[in-house]
Amino acid sequence: MNLFNVIENIEKIDPELGDRINPRRSAIRNMASFGSKVAVAALPFAFGTLLKKAYGQSLPTAIVDVLNYALTLEYLEAEFYNQGRAASGLIPASDKSNYFDKISRDENNHVAFLQKVLGSSATPKSAFTFDLTANGAFADVLSNYDTFLKVSVAFEDTGVRAYKGQVGAAKANADILTAAVSIHAVEARHAAIVRYVLNKKLNLGLKPWIVSTTTGNDTGIAAVNGNYEGEDNVSQAGVDITKLPATGTSASKASATAAFDEPLTKDAVLDLLVGSFIKLND
Amino acid sequence: MKTETQNLNNANMARRAFLRYAGASTAVAGIVAMQACSKDNSAYEDDGSNSSGAIDVGSGDPGILNYAYALEQLEAAFYIQVVNSFSADFSAEERLLLTDIRDHEVAHREFFKAALGSGAIKGLTPDFSKIDFSSRASVLNTAKAFEDLGVAAYDGVASKIQNVDYLVIAGKIVSVEARHAAVISNLRSTGSFVDSDQVDADGLNITLGPTKVVATANTFLKTKISAKSFNF
Repeated sequence: MNLFNVIENIEKIDPELGDRINPRRSAIRNMASFGSKVAVAALPFAFGTLLKKAYGQSLPTAIVDVLNYALTLEYLEAEFYNQGRAASGLIPASDKSNYFDKISRDENNHVAFLQKVLGSSATPKSAFTFDLTANGAFADVLSNYDTFLKVSVAFEDTGVRAYKGQVGAAKANADILTAAVSIHAVEARHAAIVRYVLNKKLNLGLKPWIVSTTTGNDTGIAAVNGNYEGEDNVSQAGVDITKLPATGTSASKASATAAFDEPLTKDAVLDLLVGSFIKLND
Repeated sequence: MKTETQNLNNANMARRAFLRYAGASTAVAGIVAMQACSKDNSAYEDDGSNSSGAIDVGSGDPGILNYAYALEQLEAAFYIQVVNSFSADFSAEERLLLTDIRDHEVAHREFFKAALGSGAIKGLTPDFSKIDFSSRASVLNTAKAFEDLGVAAYDGVASKIQNVDYLVIAGKIVSVEARHAAVISNLRSTGSFVDSDQVDADGLNITLGPTKVVATANTFLKTKISAKSFNF
């Protein structure tokens, strides 16, 4: 953690931070004078507490929105894996211990982390009802392991796209951006693994990466076409990847689309999830 | 793109901010310790980047793109050699995965080269003398190190990217590196893809600053690189 960058970046978007944490400035000075490795190691934790106390409900609105959006997605994922792991006979024991215990742990940690950062600005889980069948589109999601794996793949790939779609909004706060891209990378680790597990089971020719050819969706699950829309893009910052000097098939559309994951806007993600997997409570 | 003056201003601002928060009466030891924490200071480590002939990746966004280009060069060169001399121990499925990864890394390398144009650093010469390409274990150990390093490097530098388009591109690449990292790690040891050396207790991927990344990269490079002009 880069303490000074954190303070500086928060000040950029919230010039009043200094006033708000003023009573604690002496605490910062005292910490600075310890000068031992122990004190430095303890700083991130001390500052985490400071940040929470300093902010509470007053994180800038744009950042609160990004974090609550992320928290909503993490609630859904955590709920999905918690229920999946609890469903008797759904996940084979070895897959549970090798994969889903760990993925579930991470998703629950993401929820806890985002709640911690948001403090009292966090949208409570009780604001939502989660329908893991998506109005019956995946009716046997908690009794048929194949369906569970397919929904898992769609959630993880969509999660990667959703976080990537927020980097511009999160950019205003370096610390939040770093956290967001770091969660994003963990979602991508999950995505690759659940694709690998699904392919091992059904031998669909599915790769750990998204290989788009005719459409963005390479999963063969038509119900999630929208989740992969735009993944077939081959143009990156004006550079056509299929026109670059190649080794092997690196300039093929299949490889060019797999080598770059595409973002999804918040509106697109919410359109895909709200009303199906996520219901807003009154 | 930043001008030299802007860089100087930023450096001055950073210094002012530092002094403001540290306080004038701060013990010298405190400053040193906190700078080491906050600036990922390279002065105390020999990472190979101070040796004569190290290629400076530059500053600002072009510097960060060249930093990424250097890592992608290293990864591409590695997987090209892996695929050209597959260890007999790799299964057909593993060969397909490693060949895909090679192609992705080549695409990343060529993308940065094209995007940087005349601002690109030169082609780097790798040093893979420590890798036994005939050994599945040696190849997978190295692949895991490279992929985890790549993810940690992109995530660690993301907040320093000024141009949001480049930030999004970095995001598009880092998630693919994370996919590689997970699969490679799992091939190496089943069930390993979000271990504690990869993901922290909050569920965040580990990030690394340029000093550590450059030091690791340089152990696999004959042509050393340096990120000494990064002003963060």
